[in-house]
Order: sequence, then structure tokens, then C-alpha cells
Amino acid sequence: MTVTRFPDPLGLVPAAPWPEEDPGVAADRATAAILADFTGGRHRGVIVDSPPGAGKSTLVVATTLELAGAGERLMIVAQTNEQVDDLADKIATRNPALTIGRLHKDGFLVPERVTRHPGVRASKKVDDVASCAVVLATADKWAYVSGHTWQWAIIDEAYQMRSDKLLAIAALFERALFVGDPGQLDPFSVVETERWAGLAWDPMQSAVAVTARLNDLPVHRLPVSWRLPASAAPLVSEAFYPFTPFRSGTGPGERVLELAGPGSPVTGTPAAWDRALEEAAATGWALHELPSRHTIRTDADAVRACAGLAARLVERGAVAHDEHGSHGVDAARVAIGAAHNDQVAAIRAAGVPDGVTVDTANRLQGREYDVTIVLHPLSGRRDATAFHLESGRLCVLTSRHRHACVVVARAGIPELLDAHPSTGRVRLNEPVKFPDGWEANQAVLAHLAAHRVPG
Amino acid sequence: MSVVTSYARALAVREGRAQPIATVRHLHLAADPMVLIPLRLAGEAAAPLGAMVGNDPARPRLLVVPQPRNRDLRFAFMAELARIVLPYIESRATATETVTGKNERERYLDAPQVIVPGRGAVEFVRLLGRSTRFRRTDGPYPVDPAVPVLGQWLTFLYERAEFAGSSALVPMTEALTLHWATGQSPMEDANLATLLAWICPPPGLDAREAAAAAEDPAHRPPAGPDTDPGFDAQVLRPAIEAYDASGSPEQVREALRTQLEPTWRLMWQAVDLLRGLPEAASVVDRWALDRDRYTREIARLAEGGPPRGRRDQAGSAAARLWDMESARQSYDAQRAYDDPLVMAEHRATGKAFAGEVVHVEADRMILLPGGRKPVLRPLVTVRSADPVRLAPGKKVFSAHRRRQSGEIVEVDGDLVVVQLNDQLAKGAGVPAAGDAVCFTELDLGGRIRPGFPAAEETPWTHGGPPAAYEPTDEDAEEAWS
Repeated sequence: MTVTRFPDPLGLVPAAPWPEEDPGVAADRATAAILADFTGGRHRGVIVDSPPGAGKSTLVVATTLELAGAGERLMIVAQTNEQVDDLADKIATRNPALTIGRLHKDGFLVPERVTRHPGVRASKKVDDVASCAVVLATADKWAYVSGHTWQWAIIDEAYQMRSDKLLAIAALFERALFVGDPGQLDPFSVVETERWAGLAWDPMQSAVAVTARLNDLPVHRLPVSWRLPASAAPLVSEAFYPFTPFRSGTGPGERVLELAGPGSPVTGTPAAWDRALEEAAATGWALHELPSRHTIRTDADAVRACAGLAARLVERGAVAHDEHGSHGVDAARVAIGAAHNDQVAAIRAAGVPDGVTVDTANRLQGREYDVTIVLHPLSGRRDATAFHLESGRLCVLTSRHRHACVVVARAGIPELLDAHPSTGRVRLNEPVKFPDGWEANQAVLAHLAAHRVPG
Repeated sequence: MSVVTSYARALAVREGRAQPIATVRHLHLAADPMVLIPLRLAGEAAAPLGAMVGNDPARPRLLVVPQPRNRDLRFAFMAELARIVLPYIESRATATETVTGKNERERYLDAPQVIVPGRGAVEFVRLLGRSTRFRRTDGPYPVDPAVPVLGQWLTFLYERAEFAGSSALVPMTEALTLHWATGQSPMEDANLATLLAWICPPPGLDAREAAAAAEDPAHRPPAGPDTDPGFDAQVLRPAIEAYDASGSPEQVREALRTQLEPTWRLMWQAVDLLRGLPEAASVVDRWALDRDRYTREIARLAEGGPPRGRRDQAGSAAARLWDMESARQSYDAQRAYDDPLVMAEHRATGKAFAGEVVHVEADRMILLPGGRKPVLRPLVTVRSADPVRLAPGKKVFSAHRRRQSGEIVEVDGDLVVVQLNDQLAKGAGVPAAGDAVCFTELDLGGRIRPGFPAAEETPWTHGGPPAAYEPTDEDAEEAWS
């Protein structure tokens, strides 16, 4: 066994200098290179790093269609049933003639958006779907499959997949395309896992980390975020992807969020909510800053502000202009994100308009909205634990929006960060992770300072 | 820290006494557990200094290393420890029972239970196991044949302790904090003396005063493995020097006796405290798992099984992680099912709700998607004052009828509608109006582990098959030594 070193993040530079060309051309070229590398067969695995909203699903669908078009059978692994259903729907829509197997666990109800396609066959038994050109299932379901093998596999959201899950399914395929976003949340466990720290096959690593560490695989990057506006891409890129910069697909001024008239204010609406929304509409960011105070996790003021901002936004009504035209921002295009489940429950209980999504960072991964409202993970805290500092958490929360993001926080987070420099234990043979959550938090706060609206 | 525990801690401060946070005992307590209190030399990772050990409170056995820097003396100590611990462990392997089912097997009716003061001692057991299990009984530095066997068993005990709900190696402070909340911080709870002072303060004393008094190392020496620096400087050092000069270990012996005897008494006091609690319903199942593992280890060692490698292979690491997570999930769920005080915690956070059945639609038949004939799916409406945070469609389990599952259909104010999905044969399993019920999302687990590849089938993603493991003398070396 040869162990190749994980590439040194300091050594990573973008394949080409910062592209001056049209973002569409750059993205197409990256996709073509990935397809050529993967289907060319020189490598058993190819890794694709994708920043938020860079067309990851599009790449998976394109690769699937190309392989299936060439008469190859392939398996697709995603992490949640929702992701699997999304992909199945997209592939079937693009090529209705393809036979698609949707493998699921006993008792799972496959949604209508998948079963409506005549080419889709859903089953809990692999024997029923093994003959399909494409078979999709969650990693958890694939772990119980045996007796069939595939030449090709596509593993979606591979950075959220734990190494042990990959181990359980690795015997099913010969070659794999790993697609994922390295900036999002790392896999976690409820048990103590220090026992394996530093091992090349530490089961707590992501599927990509273990495979890249033990094999010499080409790493590609999708260079353009089609989701993030020009106001967000540079910040997210600098704070969370410091060595692998990306750009936005749209330039400054191409995305405009227009707030409709003042409406009839919600009773007792603090004027600051409107000011925060206006700042966000104008610049893409707003920091709705509440007075500094140590609070419990479900800080009543912050919770009220999150719910109130969403209510006020929906009430006023906004129109989003983007490269596809103009549309009204209804409740379904707004999301509120928080770090903890109890905060989510408290915000929901505070009276959020119907249709607005309220969820934790973990569950917002991979989703997209026009406007997001974020309860800052460090707001009101006395300490900055590794959980709250995790860069992936803040990255997910601040990279779900197409137009604007309002962050709600107590004042004093920079001081809190200064009082709690990150002091994670350094363990032998464990690759250093970038970016550091502490530094990423500082970068985001420094940027938000210019968009502060006292609450 | 959870809501109920936080509340109990605040209450403990006000009442001046620790508050119960469990109504039943969530661990197995053997009729004659072995208490082991190891001490180590300050500044050394795994240099044993002494230990008090035994399974009879009236007959503690004191073992000492009069010069802990002398490796021969350390291994003589380990041999002596082996002569006490091994008979205790091996004597559990007498009568067996036959476990029927898919995997029919024999299982010993008993298993060893070793109780140590706290987490530090558990970690020390790991290090002692590691420093002894690879030792050779021949060659350049031979050790007593019992030493590597003891190392194998200490490793076994430590590795069991990594699984939630195992009672093979119990850190006493954690066993106590599982059942009582004190008015001090979790960090302070790691001190056995102050913890016990909170739980049962001496008559006439407030728990806070008792705990403050118990912090004095002269009065209550630390429970180890680290000793009090004042003792090290003023008592231990002269005693070791006296040994070096005279060759008599008596002074070290007496010094360590003063450090160990108070903890010995506290340990047995704590054992009695725990014995006063009735055993929780699921403890017998979890102890059966410990007995299973013990039976397997006895057989493995009888076949000359090699010492466990220092590192897990890819497949065994993944399988172990799966087992550990599965054990954690069942343990958390079982404790809630067994104990209304633990369930209260989950009710407070919205993972469970309890209430009274106000309406039952017992013979509701529905057609499942893709099904041909209608099936029985009763609806139960529960009135609950709990903050329910379970969304419609969420799978829930009945706390009163374990393994019966259902799903949330609707939550409307204080009314929750649950559809029951199984265990409905012959009309059984449907509660009646007026019944007290409790539903929770906590899953007892028990799923079958997916197949992870054996070492020789390790796939390319995980580096391919590794070289077969052969224990060597180098295994005893540490990477940094």
C-alpha cells in the first residue's frame, strides 16, 4: 500500500489565472475536462470540488447522460432521499427514454415528481432495478446491496459522506466520480472517535478525503457559482475557499432586488427591520445587530428579529430581477437558517409566514433561495466552541441566497472570537483543514461590519 | 447540558443536596464487582505507582512499586496485579446458557465487572493494557507469563468501555452523575470525593460545605491516577529515597496506603448507593451483550489469540464505529423508555410527548400506495401539554408498547394525531380513550450492520488490502519514543 500525501492546501492554485473570459465558457471548459478525465479511463477516481451553486447537479446529470448514451450502466450515490429524488427527476426529464432505477428502503414513499416519469422503476429490491441503465439510491441503501457490480459510479455530495459509508459500497463499482462541496459541513458522529485520529482510513473523514489520501487522483474545480450574486461570491470565496477561488456567474448589477412599497407595517415592527431589509436589497448583505448581551440559545430578541424580518419581507413584497427575467419573491423563496434545532423550533413558534423555510444549517445544505435570514451561530454566546466555529456551518448559512442575506446577531462577536482563539487539538498524521473556522468567521464579520444596521 | 439536568443542578444548589435525575439504575452492578484504584507516577504516561484492588470491601489488596522508574519493578507489579485480577476475570467463565435464534451460541452467565474511580483511571487502564499486552515472556526482557494475559484483558475491558451502556469497566464518577445532579460544575463532578459529598453529605453538613471540605487533598486524597503534588513532594519522594537507600518498600507502602484507603471506602460507599436504586428494565439486555463479548474473548484467548493491534484496519474501524453508534442510539433510547425522568428530558426538548388519549379510531382501514387491499391503520388522538416538535410524517414509537411504531399525522395545538403502523394483530396494541400514552422519536435501533469488507478485500478507495498483521516486538514501541 502506498500512501500519498493529501495535497498541501497552500500549494493549491487555480488551474488558470483568474479568468477574464465569459463565465459560461469557463464553466463549460471545466465540465468538458471533467468528463474527458473520468470517461477517458486513466484514473479509477476523479474528484470534483464545487463551490456553492456551481452546477454540481448539472454536472452529475450531464455525466450520467453521456455515459448512458454510450451504452454504459452506472450507479449514482447521494446522501439523502431528497437528493436522490431530485437527481432522478432531473435525469428523467432530460432523457425520458432512459431506464432509471430508484432503489429505496422498505416503506419509503417515492414522491410523485419521480414516479411520474415512465422510465423510472422504483423498488426496494436491487434485483428489480439492476438492469436499468442508471440506478440511484442513498449511500445508506447501497450499503445493503450486494451481488451486483457497476463499471461506473457517481458519488454526489461526497464531502458529506463518511469514509465508512464509502467502504461499505466501494466493492460495487470499478470507477467513481466524486462530486461535492468541500466548504460545507463535515460528517460527524455522536460517539468518541479519537481512536482513529490520524489513520489514513479514519472512518470519520469524508469519502473524498480518504480516497484522495490513499490514491493519486485528479482534482477538478467548478469555477463559477451560478447561485451566488456578485455581492456574495468574492466574500464566500475568500472566507471559505481561500485556496480555490471561484467567481459569480453574474456581474455586479445583473441581480437586483427591489422592495415594494412600505406596505402596512406589522404591528410594533421595529423600523430597524425595514432598514436592514433595505440595506440587504441594495447591497446584498445586512447585519441586523442587536445590543451586546449573553443570552440563552433561543435568544428571544434574536428569534423575534429573524421571524419579524421574514414576515416584513413577505409583507412588503419584493421583486427579483436576474439573468432569467423578473419574479416576485414569495415566501417559498425565503429561508431562515440557524445552528440548533431548538432555535429553529423557537423561530417557527415566533410566527413565520406560511411557506418560509426554517431549518438548521445541516438541512439547508444543497438548497437555494432568493433571500436568506441567518441567526449567527455565535450570537449571544459566552464561548466559541468548535461546533459554533465550524467554518462549514457559517458557509452553508451564508451561501444559500441568489440575491441577499440578512445576518441577525448580537454585537460583540469579534470580541468573543478574540477571547476564544481556536485551540483544537493537533493530532499526529491528521491533515490540516482549511479554512480555519475562526479565521472564516472573522472574514465574514469584517465584511458585514460595513452593512451594520443597529436593531 | 440538558434542560432537566440544568434544572436539577439549580435545585441542588438551592436545596444544598444533589438531586436525582434518574429513578432507576441504568447500569449493571455485579454481586461482587472488582474495585481497582490505580495510581501513577507524576510526569510519566504509564508508570504505575501502586494500586488498591479487590472485590471484598473488607479486604483491600495494596500493591506498590517502590521505585516506579525501575521497569523490572513495574512489571513485577503488573504480575502481582495479574494474580489478583486474572482469577477474578477467569472465574466468571463457569456456567453457560444457550442463546437460541439465528446465531445460536453458548454464553457465560456471568462476566467480570471492574469499577475504577473515574475517566482518568479508564484511560490509565488503556495505557497499562497497551504497555503490557505486547510483552514477551522470553527473549531479552522477559516478563511473567501472566503479564501479557493481563494486558489482553485490560485492553478488552477498555474497549468495552468505549461502547455506551457497557458495564464491564465502569468509571464511578460517571456512574454517579448519570443518576444525580450536583450543584457543582461537570468538571468538579469528576472528583469522586466532592461528588459523594453532594450526594450524601455527612449528617448536619450542607452539601456545599461538605464538598468544600472534601476538596482538601490532605483530608481526601485525589482518587487517581494522578496523585497530589504536595504528597509527591513531601511524602512520596522521601519514601522512594528511603527505598533506594534501604531496599525496604515499607515507607512507600504506608505512604500510598494513606492515599488509597480513603478512596477505597468512597468507592464502596458509592457501590452501596447505586445498589439502593432498582435496576432499569433494559440493563439485563445490555449486560447480556457484555457477557457475549466476554464469552467470545475467553474463547479467542483460549485459542491463543494475538494481542489486539495498535490500530484498526479500515474494515474493522468502520464496523466498530457502526457498532459504537448503534450502541449509543439503543442506550439513549432504552434509558428514556426505562425511566420517566429521562423521558422528561426528551419531552422538554420536543423529541417525545406524553398525554391522555382523547379519541381512537380503532378500525380505520386505508389503502397503502401500491397496495391492493386496505390495511388496518388506527388513529389515536392524544391531548398533551408538552411542546411537541415532531413534524407530520415523523416516525414515532410508543414508550409503553416498545417496538410499536407509528407516525405523526397532525399536530394541532395540544392535540396530536398518531397513526399506529404495526403490532396490531387481533385488535391488540391500540390504546383506549383515557389511557396515558407517550410517543417518542427515539429509536431502539437494532438494525443489521451492513457488510464491511474483510481486511484482505479492502477496496482501492481505502488503500487496498493491507499486509497481514503480525504482532512484533516493535508494537510495544510508541511512535514518539
